[in-house]
Amino acid sequence: MKSTSDELKGYKGLARKKLIEWGVRVWSDVRVINDAGSVFEGVILPRFGYFDDLHLVIKMKNGYNTGIHVNRVKSIKEIGYKKAIYKIPEKEFPHSDTLRNVTLLGTGGTIASRLDYRTGAVIPAFTPGELYGAVPELADICNLKTKKLFGVFSENMAKQEYITLAKTIGEEIAAGADGIVIGHGTDTMGHTAAILSFMVQQSPIPIVIVGSQRSSDRPSSDAALNLIHAVRAAALGDIAEVQICMFGPTSDYYGLLHRGTRCRKMHSSYRSTFRTVGDIPLCMVNKNNFEYLTQDYLPRDTERHVMIYPVFNDRVTILYYYPGMNPDLVDALVEKGYKGIVIAGTGLGHVNKPLYPAIKQAIKQGVHVVMTVQTLWGYVQMYVYDTGRDLLDIGVIPLDNMLPETALMKLCWVLGHTDNHDEVLRLMRHSVNHEITEREPHNGYLILQGGLPEIEKFISSHWK
Amino acid sequence: MEQNINYTEIGLIAGLEVHQQLLTQRKLFCHCPSGLYTKDHDGVVLRHMRPTLSELGEYDGTALMEFKSKKNIIYLLHKNNVCTYEMDDTPPFLMNQKALDVAIEQCLMLGCDIIDEVHVARKQYLDGSIPTGFQRTAIVGVNGRLPFLGRELSITQVSIEEDSCREVSDKGHLIVWRTDRLGIPLIETVTGPDLRTPDEVVEAILLIGRVCRTTGHVRLGLGASRQDINVSVRGGRRVEIKGVPQAWWARRLVHKEAIRQVNLLRLRDELHKRGFRTADDLVIKHTDVTSLFKASQLAFLRTENWDRYIAEENRRPGMELGEGPFCVRAVKLTGLINTLNWPTQPDYSFAHELTGRVRVIAGLDQQPILIHSEKWPNYKGSQRELLRVKEKIGCSSNDSVVIIWGPLNDTLTAAEEIRIRHVDAVNGVPNETRQPFVDGNTDFERILPGPDRMYPDTDSPPISITRQRVKQLRAKLPPPPWEREELYGAVGVPRNTIHFLIRRGDAAIVDKVVGMCGADIRQACFFFGEWLKGMRRDGAAVDTISIERWCDFFKLIAKRPVLWEARKQLVSLIANAPEKTIKQIVKETGLKTKPSGWENLVKKIVENSQLDPNNNSYEKQFRFYMGQILKELRGRVPARSVIAVLQEKLHKRII
Repeated sequence: MKSTSDELKGYKGLARKKLIEWGVRVWSDVRVINDAGSVFEGVILPRFGYFDDLHLVIKMKNGYNTGIHVNRVKSIKEIGYKKAIYKIPEKEFPHSDTLRNVTLLGTGGTIASRLDYRTGAVIPAFTPGELYGAVPELADICNLKTKKLFGVFSENMAKQEYITLAKTIGEEIAAGADGIVIGHGTDTMGHTAAILSFMVQQSPIPIVIVGSQRSSDRPSSDAALNLIHAVRAAALGDIAEVQICMFGPTSDYYGLLHRGTRCRKMHSSYRSTFRTVGDIPLCMVNKNNFEYLTQDYLPRDTERHVMIYPVFNDRVTILYYYPGMNPDLVDALVEKGYKGIVIAGTGLGHVNKPLYPAIKQAIKQGVHVVMTVQTLWGYVQMYVYDTGRDLLDIGVIPLDNMLPETALMKLCWVLGHTDNHDEVLRLMRHSVNHEITEREPHNGYLILQGGLPEIEKFISSHWK
Repeated sequence: MEQNINYTEIGLIAGLEVHQQLLTQRKLFCHCPSGLYTKDHDGVVLRHMRPTLSELGEYDGTALMEFKSKKNIIYLLHKNNVCTYEMDDTPPFLMNQKALDVAIEQCLMLGCDIIDEVHVARKQYLDGSIPTGFQRTAIVGVNGRLPFLGRELSITQVSIEEDSCREVSDKGHLIVWRTDRLGIPLIETVTGPDLRTPDEVVEAILLIGRVCRTTGHVRLGLGASRQDINVSVRGGRRVEIKGVPQAWWARRLVHKEAIRQVNLLRLRDELHKRGFRTADDLVIKHTDVTSLFKASQLAFLRTENWDRYIAEENRRPGMELGEGPFCVRAVKLTGLINTLNWPTQPDYSFAHELTGRVRVIAGLDQQPILIHSEKWPNYKGSQRELLRVKEKIGCSSNDSVVIIWGPLNDTLTAAEEIRIRHVDAVNGVPNETRQPFVDGNTDFERILPGPDRMYPDTDSPPISITRQRVKQLRAKLPPPPWEREELYGAVGVPRNTIHFLIRRGDAAIVDKVVGMCGADIRQACFFFGEWLKGMRRDGAAVDTISIERWCDFFKLIAKRPVLWEARKQLVSLIANAPEKTIKQIVKETGLKTKPSGWENLVKKIVENSQLDPNNNSYEKQFRFYMGQILKELRGRVPARSVIAVLQEKLHKRII
């Protein structure tokens, strides 16, 4: 039998040679006997590229997978061929005239999905029918329409995706949506929330970004509950801003709505990974209620006209300062044509002295350099020490308590509008939506320190 | 009810899944300490489980059942024994390779072929026993066999997996789990369906237990090994009796399950005779009859009593308590008269099957959970009340009625489950997991899951097991139990003693002191298998004595056999002074040297001791003097030599 590459998917080297020799392929239902007389019956699975070239993987009848060393195979017989075609069951999403209309925009993150039981691949559910099959509760909240914009991992979101997303939001608002939900991978959700906060201003309706920390093919996934919370916030919530909706605690308890410019992923895997930094979240949301934590937000108002500014200059970078950083790094950025540099400085916004000439030179050549703090909490304060004053003198723009990632997104956006230094300075320092706040409330900085008696008392008496 | 049944005639088939925790420092997929249990907690997490779609876009039966039960799941955490992995907030670390080594070793003991490349799978459990909703598990060995009652017991597969949480409570819609046990590595040994009688099941459990414990690398104690017994009879279906803690329970459990299946098959035949052959033939309707019981003498059917019950039990809305107002619901079983009283097991009837489903799936757990027309409680006006219910739902004389009560939504779930259980009855025996009780009875735990609930763990890479690794582990294996039985049996050690030695891991010490330290095999077997029990009972910390110290002890005995006679004193000293070497201890006792002129000591004691004049038979005198003398000379002079000298002296005196 001549085997095409797809028929031996993932098999290489010795294993591939053997499969060809035996005349079997991926999805062959086989009976294998090895040199110890052990019998393995099941379907040959595709193999992941990074696995070795010595084993054959079989999905056995009891559901387990196992790898058999090809040199130990005494006999192999194809009994059948079971190529699996996977489909999510579709049920028509019910329509109700009394419910509001929500548009779900897909970027590639899987909010609802099903696992390909054989290979472990995740098949996303996305059409309203598929979502209804997976999370039927949605039909009690709204009428749902979905639009798949692209299928990328969140780390691959970039200029073009941001622009498309902003324009589409504009179109959906014009088409009369009562709320927009954006399904998004969590890794760069904060970046997307920030850039959309600048590109889409004065929205009449909520724009809610949602994802999951445990993929939805797991029974304990946070995806369904996050989606329910997000759709409720979009359909029924009062906050007409770009916001992130993710778990408050790690328990299945309530979600938090975070302002798009002030939110950050703070843990690589926890469910309650998103936190508002330097302020408090906007609202708590659960299956039945909204509990607004502030009055300081843009309320829903369908009369208001949205403004879409879909511009973006991606020649901007972030420089995470560390002791002993060499000035040639800055030179290299200038040389490569970067137009903007966000520095995440130490302390109140510092870098070491040897860097000054390089920064000065960069600014002279038209590069816009802004300063944020790598402490995440707190303000840039460059007047306290001489070093800070020197940086101001050479034209570094202090961004107060703007988060470094938000600053990066904002500078990309501002440089999409203008290259004029004074204008860049003005726009960067003018707060669009709380990316710079004048006040930091004392509960805006709160990292509970485990181990302290009073904290232990608190965490052992509240759901985590 | 038939108590004596011929197992061959009914076609009894049983197999085992034996779970055995492995003795490792750390858990299987994270770095938490293994085997550290706690009674309290310092953190709480609330979660829910949602079924995921199966390969064909359908939900696995068990998964769906668990979802219907709408459980709120609470996990109790203690930071000493769990990290964010157990909470399902951190992905797994790489599999504990020491645990895998122990698992491979276990597979080799069980005569298995070791898998070349181990793939971690996720096995779904939606009862909340694992916070992820699945157990990470991987097959390590297949195709094993053990000598068993003159034939072979086949081992289908052995997998390594993480242990689950321990249940703390299960009340209405809230189940609480403690997470300390979660993640402890264990192996699951699956036998072929080779067992034919309850006694064989017990024997097989004990055999696998002995094999597993032979290496000394498994955990001992309550809960460290648990077995699931799969039972079916001809025409019946596989029922899994889950978590049997001790082997001897199996005898009654298997017997009673066999009876249950036989009777369920008879019920099936009866239903077929009445024309109920498929689900469509069944007409099961239900109605709200709350108002009929407003003034009932059955207190639990009155609304105000329900309110009191909820308050007493602290059933919180959205937690333990189901949704909707209190409701009493009558379920009419058309044409099913005399099925609820259909005997299934001694003391149990078919209604008990319904009770289990209602309790577990609908979360209605107020005793007696349900009542029915075929065993209506006796109270003043009881028949009148039953008649009113029958009238209201239009019962004919061929129909039966079941009454359930609780929050409205739960009564609807319960009514549907009662229908589903009848559909199962038409098909005979449903695939179920059942919870065992010591008296041999069981109760419904969940629907038996199928292969649909298995899928690959995309978080864990496959692990290649080289033949070199297998070879190295094989070289270090202790002899299997049957070899030890033969070896020890040949010198006259009883079977029970041998099994005791193997089970406790003392056989390894016996082998070592015999092989390396010149100990006598019979002497060593009785010493560890019998004699030490007395010391242990007296509270000596003999189990803290390391294998190395036992070796030193037996080496010394081999050099100076007379020390054996002072073993009680010595072992006690060794146990109490772990910081001292055996040589030091012996030196300090003064046992090291034979006292010169000890014969004179014998003479002195015999001459100076006062004897009871009324109690001076030769035997008594002899025993008395011997006791006095050995106080001084035990362990220094062989008792045999002392006896000779003493005999000589006493003879002289008598003559």
